[in-house]
Amino acid sequence: MGLTAQTTRGDGSFADPAVATIARILAGETQLFHELIRPVERSVYVMLLMLLRNEADAEDAAQEAMIKVYRNLHAFRGEARFSTWVISIARNEGLTRLKKQQRRAEDSLEVDPEEKSGDFTPAMLTDWREVPLEALERKELGGQIQRAIAGLPKIYRDVVELRDIEELDVQETADMLGVTAGTVKVRLHRARLMLQKELVPVLQKQAPARRGIFGWRI
Amino acid sequence: MRIDCHHVWDHLSLYIDGDVEAELRAEIDRHLEHCEICSAVMDSTRNVVVLMADERVFEIPAGYSERLHERLEAMLKREPPQ
Repeated sequence: MGLTAQTTRGDGSFADPAVATIARILAGETQLFHELIRPVERSVYVMLLMLLRNEADAEDAAQEAMIKVYRNLHAFRGEARFSTWVISIARNEGLTRLKKQQRRAEDSLEVDPEEKSGDFTPAMLTDWREVPLEALERKELGGQIQRAIAGLPKIYRDVVELRDIEELDVQETADMLGVTAGTVKVRLHRARLMLQKELVPVLQKQAPARRGIFGWRI
Repeated sequence: MRIDCHHVWDHLSLYIDGDVEAELRAEIDRHLEHCEICSAVMDSTRNVVVLMADERVFEIPAGYSERLHERLEAMLKREPPQ
């Protein structure tokens, strides 16, 4: 059985296959640790890059986080998904580093946007031509999306990172941030509207040109 | 119940996540059929959500995985599991 396949328990629920792999690692098959973390190593880096905003720091923190994962493997009980557990360890590593840097964090000075009655309305438009995923081959577009996310106030950036990029579910996101599921939904909603407003003008330039019946742009 | 544009925007995110009750979803669907602004807002927001989840948005530095596993290998050689 592959390391990522899911197994069904007697009661019909799914057991994270990582549990079995971890048991083998703890019993001495340490080389399996490489395979165990491969599916999450990308997510860990992206999470840390968004937190630390520096590639070298993110890579170093990712390595440290994975070492902590290894040293704490015995503590994983399979109550959460293994990937979520790893991401929470990586997030703690990143937050600890941020504190140590004691940089004059703009975030700590930010007025909590929830205190204000913000304008969370979308950008108005009357026609939308889908931007295909292939457009991301142009690095410029990925950079623009990254910058738009990075520009969100922290409470909104956090939920977008966990829900829309790391693709955790609402409850996992709420648990990691120490807020309620309802708060996650409200923040995600506002964050998506802010991103829509910011990105629509950028994305409209990326949309494939509409072509007439003879292939001319119209 | 008839809903207006603001009502649709209020539920945009939950609608995209499939997290609205059937009755409200049907109302929103009916509204989207005749409101080109809400349709475009919905489509563009969904497009943004789909694009954000794509791996190509965040590029991983060349050699990241190799360096990570090299460091882990060095650790695995010296440290038995706890």
